[in-house]
Amino acid sequence: MADPMKMRATLKGDTAEVRVLMSHPMETGQRKGPDGKVVPVHFIQNVEVKLNGKTVIEGQTSQAVSRNPVFSFRLKGAKAGDKIEVSWLDNKGDKNRTEIAIA
Amino acid sequence: MNETRRTVLKRTGATGALVAAFAAGLLRWQDLLAAGWNKDAFGSKTLADALKGIGAGSAADSTDIVIEAPQIAENGGVVPIEVTSKLPGTRSIAVLIEKNPFPLVAKFDFLEGAMPFVKLNVKMGESSNVRVVAEAGGKFFTTVKEVKVTIGGCGG
Amino acid sequence: MRAVVCSAALWLALAPPVAAQSTEAEVEKYRKMIAEDNPGELWEIKGEKLFMQKRGSKNVSLEQCDFGMGPGVLKGAYARLPRYFADADRVMDMEARLLHCMKTLQGFDHKAALKTKFGNLNRESDLEALATYIAAQSNQMPIDVRLEHAKEKEAYKIGETIFYRRMSKMDFACASCHADQGKRIRLQDLYNATNKTEIDRVMSGWPAYRVSNSTVRTMQHRLFDCGWQMRLPNVEYGSDWTVALHTFLSVSANGAKIGVPGMRR
Repeated sequence: MADPMKMRATLKGDTAEVRVLMSHPMETGQRKGPDGKVVPVHFIQNVEVKLNGKTVIEGQTSQAVSRNPVFSFRLKGAKAGDKIEVSWLDNKGDKNRTEIAIA
Repeated sequence: MNETRRTVLKRTGATGALVAAFAAGLLRWQDLLAAGWNKDAFGSKTLADALKGIGAGSAADSTDIVIEAPQIAENGGVVPIEVTSKLPGTRSIAVLIEKNPFPLVAKFDFLEGAMPFVKLNVKMGESSNVRVVAEAGGKFFTTVKEVKVTIGGCGG
Repeated sequence: MRAVVCSAALWLALAPPVAAQSTEAEVEKYRKMIAEDNPGELWEIKGEKLFMQKRGSKNVSLEQCDFGMGPGVLKGAYARLPRYFADADRVMDMEARLLHCMKTLQGFDHKAALKTKFGNLNRESDLEALATYIAAQSNQMPIDVRLEHAKEKEAYKIGETIFYRRMSKMDFACASCHADQGKRIRLQDLYNATNKTEIDRVMSGWPAYRVSNSTVRTMQHRLFDCGWQMRLPNVEYGSDWTVALHTFLSVSANGAKIGVPGMRR
């Protein structure tokens, strides 16, 4: 997906506080579009967080998560240079990911 | 931390078709974890059914789960909820909005390396209890916090 | 997805002052928590991409646009706007200038450039993304709008007049809502433009991600929206009327440290 995703990770001791911003309409399927027809459900179902390539958090989400979702996580045993990757998968099979190295 | 694949499958609520595909060797283990979505629990229309759907039918009240959320949300479309579980060995945190048409909003599984903490923004259809369920040591624990939803004055 | 909670509002209206104070505190907590993670930052990323992209009939990027500090200089430019531009012989705010560059540099026609001026749930706005990017290049810098040219001084005076002038069907002035302490509409508190702390806080945060609109909103949208609520005749994007008001409000907030995108409910 071309839509931007942004992540920030700050280290406090050996805990990394991860904040991630996602672009996604998170449509509930209860809204009518400009053509008068119901806009179908379209939302992120899975969120995965990896630390240095290893999955540490698996999230399942519904259409009741806000549009343009934002999430905060905390990882332990982290240090500068560690790679954090966050990816998502939606109900249509679209996906996106972003990765940063802890500063 | 060692879990049998079967228990992890059960915990993440993978659908029957995926399990079959996995068993037939058509899916990698990694694909299965990534593609699991607990349709039954997320599709439940009552709190009781949603709780059952995540295996938390008889969760015990606990003060070791902390919900940080404003008592008043200016916009029900974006309500910030922050959850910390102080229960040792917390493996998952689920967030439910009791009065939403589909109460279950999200469930996070924490593997080694992750702290049992999450902050997210949720949609609330009306003022309601925000209920959090944490799984620790094979048991489920729960707590609630009420959040009032109101609209602002400028109508926009 | 939105429900009116009459009972809560009524209870708050009848409740003693102590309860009202804690209501404010809880609303403050809501605002603080949503501001911690701002989707508006994604608009900044989108805006940068659009800024560098060759667009319009002339197929050029906006990189040579002069926002007052010379062509191609973005750092600190937003902090000095609105200001007078000789090539257009008028005072312009950032958005009016952006529109000018889209037309003259990139060859957009007026209507095409404004086609998606305000985003909604069905389509995104280029202008909102571009405005976020341009404004963010002045982050951490103080608002510094100078009244040097005769037209800048005139814009300020006109803006001030507009602010206090009762207008249109509802006989409202901006001052009807925004020139007194502690006013509110239902649960929405209204900032006081004559209070330096409050005008600073408000002006340093535009453009802002507006949670209720799921997009970044700019000062032009804010003025348009207020105009709509006051039942004024159509407020034109980047018009002299909007620029004059914007000048008055920005000068009132001179010195305030810019931090965009801000966050609004």
